[in-house]
Amino acid sequence: MSRRRSEQITYFLIRLVMYFIVLVIGYILFDIVRHGLPALNWAFLTEYPRKSGSEGGILPAIVGTLSLLAGTILVALPLGICSAIYLSEYAEQNRFTAMIRLAIITLAGVPSIVYGLFGLGLFVLFLNFGTSILAGSLTLACMVLPTIIVSSEEALRAVPHGYRDASLALGATKWETIRTNVLPYSLSGIITGSILGIGRAAGETAPILLTVAAFYLPRLPNSIFDQVMALPYHLYILATQHPEADKVLPLQYATALVLLLLVLGLSLGAIIIRIHFRKKYRW
Amino acid sequence: MWKDKAMRLLMLSAASTSIFLVALIFIFLMKESAPFALKPGLGALIDRQWIPVSFVQEHFGILSLVTGSALVTGLSMLFTIPLSVLGAIYIAEIASPVEREILKPFIELLASIPSVVLGFFGLVVLAPLIKNLFGLGTGLSALTGAMLLTLMAIPTVITLSEDAIMSVPRAYKDASQALGASDLQTIFQVIIPAALPGIIAAIMLGVGRVIGETMAVLMVTGNSAIMTWSPLAPVRTMTATIAAEMGEVSFGSLHYQALFWIGLVLLAVTFILNVIAQRVLVRYGMMK
Repeated sequence: MSRRRSEQITYFLIRLVMYFIVLVIGYILFDIVRHGLPALNWAFLTEYPRKSGSEGGILPAIVGTLSLLAGTILVALPLGICSAIYLSEYAEQNRFTAMIRLAIITLAGVPSIVYGLFGLGLFVLFLNFGTSILAGSLTLACMVLPTIIVSSEEALRAVPHGYRDASLALGATKWETIRTNVLPYSLSGIITGSILGIGRAAGETAPILLTVAAFYLPRLPNSIFDQVMALPYHLYILATQHPEADKVLPLQYATALVLLLLVLGLSLGAIIIRIHFRKKYRW
Repeated sequence: MWKDKAMRLLMLSAASTSIFLVALIFIFLMKESAPFALKPGLGALIDRQWIPVSFVQEHFGILSLVTGSALVTGLSMLFTIPLSVLGAIYIAEIASPVEREILKPFIELLASIPSVVLGFFGLVVLAPLIKNLFGLGTGLSALTGAMLLTLMAIPTVITLSEDAIMSVPRAYKDASQALGASDLQTIFQVIIPAALPGIIAAIMLGVGRVIGETMAVLMVTGNSAIMTWSPLAPVRTMTATIAAEMGEVSFGSLHYQALFWIGLVLLAVTFILNVIAQRVLVRYGMMK
């Protein structure tokens, strides 16, 4: 066999590996859409569950997940963006900055179940928030914070230095420069990066398992101190704890599909926004 | 001018919360687990038996949970490393620009599939497949978990390996080709060796992600706390133990404290993996 021939075979094998991965991802998505779609209808999205989830819809779980998301955004977004502004615009190369960076890397690597333990120890028990939307949102916010900081910093650094220099040369203060000449141009990047991070939080189960999620609670929350159902936890319960797990298989698939649509919708939206803005700003 | 200073201070305090958070996580995990170290003492954790609820004698040995995590993680790396490294080579060196623009977001999409959805897929599709393929009583095994974890590790390892391959100076490639090497020889004998530190760091970060993954393994590994190295046996990981038992435990009990110890072990392992991986990246100039 000639060298050329054996090289072609190797190329083919590498391509095969790549498309095998793509095929597996595709099949998972296809399987969930195929089985989830028939059970998915308006009533399923807007009704309360009945008979411990064997019948009815998933409205409380959808509302629960959305309220957790809102809480997470409210806490993590301002904190993350301000941290990123500090790191990209103010921070000097010193010990303290290095410590902040090490802390961010550490936070990014902490397993989600450990965030759950931490949230349980600090928010649920020590601060006495109980298992509640508040405790769950704060736990999720801690988890997504590093993602938001890293992607926001990247977006801020992408703004050319000339913009800052020009503004400073015209007599603007540092903050005025950031506010009028850096933030507006990086906002799209900050938002898309943050959506990607927060979208992932929407599908997380382990951190909310210990801090907020209710097994079965067919009503809507009244305050941030209430427990709620959540989509990922509801899917987990239906699939593993339900006495007639086989019977409710269509409901499991439909719940998985709704969760998938929510998370992938957010991610896909972010990716599309990013491609759009990448074309708009070119420096 | 005061406003300028105030804003600087505000940003500084926001950035400091990360340090504060890391400290809080360590402090709270230690605070909840500390009494266990005094009585019955840490030696009780080094035991093969995990029987946290018993009328006779409770056992809080985490060895079988550690080997469970190690088995599942090791198996999944056996799949992840070749798949991801070859995938990264394909995206970085072989794919056409259009293909790359499609493949990269697709891999990113995989990263955002919630782990509970993957776990569900594993439970209803993969586990029956494994069961029939190997003629087992149940498809819930270390292998099933490892296959799902591979899917969770692939995005991390592919993306970071591809960064490492892309960061190899173009001159290396040119020099290799000028000496008459073929594209493939250049890839495997010049580019991959040069990118190796970055690829190793990527694998370490992948391991960190896999070891800490909870829901997928909780749903498909069968959750029996026995010490085994058989890929087809049901196992129980450290993460799954915390998730499965924390809901039923009474706060402050020995069992509760033991679960926090498992959390502390997980935190320590992922922290060390992360720090070493970052060191490697910085040392070889592969940090962005």
